[in-house]
Amino acid sequence: MFLTFITFLPIIGAFFLAFFPKENEGAIKQTALAVAAADFLLSLLLWTNFDNSTHKMQYEFNVSWIESWGINYHIGLDGISLLLFVMTTFLTLICIIASWDVKKHIREYMMAMLALSTGMLGVFISLDLFMFYVFWEFQLVPMYIIVGVWGGPRRIYAAVKFFIYTAVGSLLMLVAILWIYFHIKETTGIATADILFITENISAPLDIQKWLWMAFFLAFAIKVPMFPFHTWLPDAHVEAPTAGSVILAGVLLKMGTYGFLRFNLPFFPQASYDFMPFIAWLSIIGIVYGALVAMVQEDLKKLVAYSSVSHLGFVMLGIFALNEYGIQGALIQNINHGISTGALFLLVGVIYDRRHTRMINEFGGLSKQMPVYAICFMIAALSSIGLPGMNGFVGEFLVLLGIFQVNGLWAACATSGVILAACYILWMFQRVMFLELKNPKNMNLKDINTRELITIVPLLILIFWIGLYPKPFMKTFDASVNHLVSKVSPDNFRPKKDHGSGGHHASLITKTELAKLNQKLQKTSHN
Amino acid sequence: MLLKLTCLVPLFPLIGSIINGFFGLRIGKNAVGIIAAGSMALSFLTSILIFVGFLMLPEGQHVFEQVVWTWFGAGDFSVDFGFQVDPLTLVMMFVVTGVGFIIHVYAIGYMHEEFSFYRFFAYFNLFASMMLLLIMGNNFLLMFIGWEGVGCCSYFLIGYYFEKKSACDAGTKAFVVNRVGDFAFLLAVMYIFNIFGTIDFTEVMHAAPEKLIYAGEAVTIITFLLFVGATGKSAQIPLYTWLPDAMEGPTPVSALIHAATMVTAGVYMIVRCSALFNLAPMTMMIVAGTGAATAIMAATIGMTQFDIKRVLAYSTVSQIGYMILACGVGAYTAAIFHLVTHAFFKACLFLGSGSVIHGIHGEQDMRKMGGLKNYMPVTYWTFLVSTLAIAGIPPLSGFFSKDEVLYHALVDGHVFLWGMGIAAALLTAFYMFRLVFMTFHGESRVDPDVHPHESPKVMTMPLVILAGLATVGGILGIPLFHGWHILHNWLEPVLHFDLAIALENSKHMLHEAGRHAPSWADLLNPKEHNLWLEIFLMAFSACVAITGIVAAYIFYIKRPDLPAKFTKGQWGFDLVKNKYYVDELYDEAIVKPTVETSHLLWKECDAKAIDGTVIGTAKSIGWLSTQARAFQSGFVRNYALFIAVGFISLLLIMF
Repeated sequence: MFLTFITFLPIIGAFFLAFFPKENEGAIKQTALAVAAADFLLSLLLWTNFDNSTHKMQYEFNVSWIESWGINYHIGLDGISLLLFVMTTFLTLICIIASWDVKKHIREYMMAMLALSTGMLGVFISLDLFMFYVFWEFQLVPMYIIVGVWGGPRRIYAAVKFFIYTAVGSLLMLVAILWIYFHIKETTGIATADILFITENISAPLDIQKWLWMAFFLAFAIKVPMFPFHTWLPDAHVEAPTAGSVILAGVLLKMGTYGFLRFNLPFFPQASYDFMPFIAWLSIIGIVYGALVAMVQEDLKKLVAYSSVSHLGFVMLGIFALNEYGIQGALIQNINHGISTGALFLLVGVIYDRRHTRMINEFGGLSKQMPVYAICFMIAALSSIGLPGMNGFVGEFLVLLGIFQVNGLWAACATSGVILAACYILWMFQRVMFLELKNPKNMNLKDINTRELITIVPLLILIFWIGLYPKPFMKTFDASVNHLVSKVSPDNFRPKKDHGSGGHHASLITKTELAKLNQKLQKTSHN
Repeated sequence: MLLKLTCLVPLFPLIGSIINGFFGLRIGKNAVGIIAAGSMALSFLTSILIFVGFLMLPEGQHVFEQVVWTWFGAGDFSVDFGFQVDPLTLVMMFVVTGVGFIIHVYAIGYMHEEFSFYRFFAYFNLFASMMLLLIMGNNFLLMFIGWEGVGCCSYFLIGYYFEKKSACDAGTKAFVVNRVGDFAFLLAVMYIFNIFGTIDFTEVMHAAPEKLIYAGEAVTIITFLLFVGATGKSAQIPLYTWLPDAMEGPTPVSALIHAATMVTAGVYMIVRCSALFNLAPMTMMIVAGTGAATAIMAATIGMTQFDIKRVLAYSTVSQIGYMILACGVGAYTAAIFHLVTHAFFKACLFLGSGSVIHGIHGEQDMRKMGGLKNYMPVTYWTFLVSTLAIAGIPPLSGFFSKDEVLYHALVDGHVFLWGMGIAAALLTAFYMFRLVFMTFHGESRVDPDVHPHESPKVMTMPLVILAGLATVGGILGIPLFHGWHILHNWLEPVLHFDLAIALENSKHMLHEAGRHAPSWADLLNPKEHNLWLEIFLMAFSACVAITGIVAAYIFYIKRPDLPAKFTKGQWGFDLVKNKYYVDELYDEAIVKPTVETSHLLWKECDAKAIDGTVIGTAKSIGWLSTQARAFQSGFVRNYALFIAVGFISLLLIMF
């Protein structure tokens, strides 16, 4: 029940906001803030009380919802969803602070934000396919409204494109869900859409598995977004208000990667293995392509949007390495991307609020006028590059390590993204922050204010925290990932082969333990 | 127990950096300077304590490891935030903290007029901290934090004058070019983990002979990738182009980062991984060849430049070439020896050039200098001593270290490598004395409005100390009698490598795999140390150095008209003067095509092809709907017609 309460608290708050008088903006904002803050603090309790040693669902709650069809209200959290859940409440809080100066329809805006929060939280806790689908579609609505009402000049185009693109993608998923539902009913005699039950009992023949896999793939790949389904993202990001972009990058995209981990991998391990090269190449193309296109963008938000395509390529690559390194790396990279890209969008929002433009050539030399802002921007930018000691590196390295176990060439191609990331971020940084302050419109820019700092600083702290000591984060999904890997590991499907890309060397290599043992013997003999 | 202090060494400058970064503007310049230099002094003193503690270790233990916390991991991969102290680390620690401290003191004087004095020292201290992390990390990834961290600080400091476009471009270029090397380094780390199951230095180096086949594919690829990483950081062919541009940074930065410490990180890394490189003869050949080629190529460019700092920059590239050459022939001690002496004399040279630039108000062009020795005697004499050291005049430090490199190049390498080395030595003596003569001797060509003056004590004292070190540094490794070679004995535990056992293991592994093992018997014949050969080589290279100096004397003092005559209209000279057009080549061959491709991808592929398909799909559905609307016209007669047509068609199909 606690989990249900946290999930629905924001929408209850939104409901109450509806009764506030429109003029009373202060009260509206404070209430929204209080709800979001309470929700975040409560979700932290979920994290602190979380049992890291098991892969099983926790805070589980299961009651019948539509009894005649066997649809249940079944919720729970495991290691894969916990951090995403907490990040959602966290970013909602940050976004509400960041939206303090919204002028238009503030009450409706806050209501949409809170409703969106519930929609996203619902996606991560659903353990019933139909319930999942309902939340999956539900969160589109507030996001559509946020982009469409509070967005930039082309907001309607972007909002409609966002909505239709994602909704169409999900339709095939609905077909697949129905097929699975009837298939389960047929094979086990139980009418249920319970995700855990399906994970255990689904046994479709391989060719059907592949079709189902592709139906889910389309829905999630659009959401992630993977190349070549990414073109809705730059438009949506550019038109969305700052908070909308933060949520979009921080949480909405993660619903796609979450979907792969929750459905594609556990439901169809064999198909996932067969599609591995396909996904790997799409991800690698995404990494390189996103970075290259980001390099030549003239709009700051578009640049960050294309960099997201590149970063999410890393996440997908990690998931489809199908080993612990890759999947753990992908999960932490999910969080990292939310933090770094969220911070970048907030920072772009800061100068957009002052100058009402995001064109890179309008700026230059800002670090003289806004030194604190420049430092924050630098940290976020370097984290996005994946500088070791900051969060991005931990995820990227694990992903690359994971994919290297599978294929050295893929790893090499993906690693080249590391070079390109430095190119586009540093080039952008130079043109915005360095050089001479020439544009007279920038002469009187005020440095970042306290409220803006409050939104940025927590993200900057997280950047270093995860970069230097990611254990509190990574230990939450250790057990779940191990369990998942034991099911999807390629070793289950391919004929026994030497591991490692060393080829003939691999067989010659005595085990790691032996080396460590030798070492110990050596040490003891010295003493 | 003194060794427990290890983790403090990188911590002091980090704290200094944080204090200066956050409160620097409030606490005033003096306090900033004291905190910055003081933190380095503390690091240096702690290093001495650690050294004492290390000497007290029980017999046979040559490495001390301190794990502070577990950084991250997944599955059976785990990496510690841990430090290690061994003889090699200690040498590097003394270089970084010692020379670093001296340069910090100098910078207090040099940067005193700067408004963002605090910002400079925040970066500078951060750099020192990262450099210490690089050399003290006990595994590849912790080294990589330092590795990228120093690159990042170098980026900040090159772009310190961020309003200048050339400075920004140089900073970005340095970062990106370094990233190319880092890319290879990362792949190497992954490969190492794949084979060893660990990335801890001690474990990997210990297990290397057991797990890798001599000259096998795996070790060749790993070492090659590591070496590419080293070429980025240590500015070797083909990734050296960022270093000369990096001279846009303030001079103390050039001295500390781009001469004494950071750029030698690649050399340090190769020596640290010597156990791997020893197993890869192919890579070693590439390493040696690259080092020798870089040494000679950079020296030729150095002869043609007029910017005092650029000459020194090319000289740095060339000298690191020597170190890499030494690594490539397996003479790791010689590489480290040259690294240490180079840190002394090159830091002194850079600081001296800074003093000159300071004394004539920011002029860097040697054609506008001349005759400065009377105005700035301390700078002149210290500069001269260091120049003699780099030129290789006995008994200064550079003579011994360079000579050892050359001796090994001949004995363990190839006469060809030696030839390139000695030619580079000749050029070095020439261009360094060209620099001295143009700057300090002859007629003054200084702008008449500028009154040259000697720098304050806070700047000249570091020069004197460094010149002193450059003079006596050779004691570390007087090469005549091997028993006396202090550095060699000191590094022996780190570099110890038994090729016989490694070959035996390789044979065994190959046999197990059912493959034929080649005979490696000739590899095992130890080479006799030939005393007379060494003495002869020393004498010869001293003569070569003197020849270079005399040539420079003739060209720039006796007959100053000669250089113009020799160079005018020579296409070869223009080629060298324009740095072989390598920058232009990279621009045309790599940078521009990448940017153009990106534009093409964005405009054609992304906007037209992909988004066009999406929009096109939507539009065609829209169009179909419009067509379908015709059927829903609302007229009953139309519907009746459809029913009739449908009914008839159905009948036709059925029968």
